Amino acid sequence: MYLVVEQLLNGLQFGLLLFLLAAGLTLVFGIMDFVNLAHGSLYMMGAYFAATFVAWTGSFVLGALLALGATLLLGIALEYVALRHLYGRDHLDQVLATFGLILFFNDAVRLIWGPAGLALPLPTWLTVPVQIIPGVYYPAYRLMIIVVALAVAALLYLVVMRTRVGMLIRAGASNREMIGALGINIKLLFTLVFGLGAALAGLAGLMQAPILTVQIGMGENILILAFVIIVIGGIGSIRGVFMAAIFVGIIDTMGRAFLPDLLRKVLSGAAASTAAPALSSMLIYLLMAIILVLRPEGLFPAAKR
Amino acid sequence: MKPKLNASNAVAALMCAALILLPVYSAATGNIFILTLFTRIVIFALAAASLNLIMGYGGMMSFGHAAYLGIGGYAVGILAAEGIGSGFIQWPVALVVSALFALLIGALSLRTRGVYFIMITLAFAQMAYYVASALSRYGGDDGLTVYKRSDFAGLINLSDRNQFYYLCLACLFGGLYLIWRIVNSRFGLVVQGVRSNEQRMQAIGFHANRYRLVCFVISGTICGLAGALLANNTDFVSPAVMYWTRSGDLMVMVILGGMGSLFGPVIGAIVYLLLEELLSQFTEYSGLILGPVLLLIVLFARGGIMGLLGRMRRG
Repeated sequence: MYLVVEQLLNGLQFGLLLFLLAAGLTLVFGIMDFVNLAHGSLYMMGAYFAATFVAWTGSFVLGALLALGATLLLGIALEYVALRHLYGRDHLDQVLATFGLILFFNDAVRLIWGPAGLALPLPTWLTVPVQIIPGVYYPAYRLMIIVVALAVAALLYLVVMRTRVGMLIRAGASNREMIGALGINIKLLFTLVFGLGAALAGLAGLMQAPILTVQIGMGENILILAFVIIVIGGIGSIRGVFMAAIFVGIIDTMGRAFLPDLLRKVLSGAAASTAAPALSSMLIYLLMAIILVLRPEGLFPAAKR
Repeated sequence: MKPKLNASNAVAALMCAALILLPVYSAATGNIFILTLFTRIVIFALAAASLNLIMGYGGMMSFGHAAYLGIGGYAVGILAAEGIGSGFIQWPVALVVSALFALLIGALSLRTRGVYFIMITLAFAQMAYYVASALSRYGGDDGLTVYKRSDFAGLINLSDRNQFYYLCLACLFGGLYLIWRIVNSRFGLVVQGVRSNEQRMQAIGFHANRYRLVCFVISGTICGLAGALLANNTDFVSPAVMYWTRSGDLMVMVILGGMGSLFGPVIGAIVYLLLEELLSQFTEYSGLILGPVLLLIVLFARGGIMGLLGRMRRG
């Protein structure tokens, strides 16, 4: 029972991290109609920046904030130099160009930080387990991820739904040409949104970094998961992405935790130990395939343009 | 129809001649390395050409094409590991399994369009990747060594460098000829019509998705053949062959060479793999150059190398 609660929380925490990554992706996709494969690289850069700045300043929080700023700036620079010329191009061109950026970032990181991974140590106040309900302890750091990610999600919701910038973002998503014609500086808006997406990816990367190691290619697997989430949730819909991210996070975590035991009850030991890892890795993709077949526009499609 | 003499056709003809004469050059100079490099290039050119059939002519942006490389390869590897070494069994199995996989994922994926299609093909390829990683009997993550190349009962010896190269080249030319015939057939014209305007083709009575699916299956089958060749070439097959960056590489080759032109993917494969090889000779960090080059190609050279050649003629 405690194990179930713990794994549920792990799933929630993973789902919220995925949400941070996927939110940036869907903002960029929904508003600029831009497929950014290099989003995973920004996630990786967030983690590397954090590892560097934390070691440099000696403070986890300060280092994390600096890393967040650095990823934001990197995102803006990237948009300004290269990606803004790709808006309105074919999706395939965008896939290709940003695929090139992945190659670039992976080798740039290898050149600067070396091929070995980095560790991002946690300060002691985050390593203690916290008693959440009597008898159930949960790592403080993972709890913090949940709190921070929920706060960011709430903030994102408020910004998008309640502020003027958010109104422009939504307007841009529903009709780009029109808000341009109404005298809004759409280039600036796009740059801002891209920077915001980059910062969200960086935040996800730096928060995940202490749990896994900081390494080259860390953004690639999780990027595909983020794409799966966007597709399940419906492209361009933040609410859909939020639901889908938590759904995927929990299913993935629970699948990895409990599927092997469940299979062992049905199949023979050898067959189960072969099938379980494959099945639990495939679970999400299987889910996505089923959803796409039943609802080709995703579970929560954004309003038709 | 009579081929026209222009820059792109001239380049294609020269390229074919060079590919045919390569073993002669290799034997004359004793440069074995170039022959092994080009065997690999020819195999990837076949895979890229098969992707071009659905991407360039059919408008189906598959981001999971490397899955067939793995499936074709594993068909050969697994049969070899189980003691069935005959190529007359291995290769047809590789083709049939690839075709069935393409039929299955095609039937599901073709319900979606655009970015969704890119993502769902990617997801299926990742599934294949994870299945292969879990095959602990056949090496799992570490991959499977193919101790003996496919045996064609003395007809052709795959362990002979030159014979194997010419076999790969014959497969490439055969694949290109098949694609050329398909593209210019009634079937191919319907597929291209669906790419330009699906509604209109539906309206004049074509069942668009059936044509698309058949095209998708043919493409997957050709790529499965490339996978069988690849496993024989490296004497090894591993899940990494199916990893999504491999699918990305194939897409790059197609677009680099020129999507929707018959020889474009071949040129793309040659340029991309040569560039990768050359860069890796003098720098460990080839991505630092290759990545921006890709970006620049997308930004400034639309239509790839074949597109550039076409523009040259028009001035």
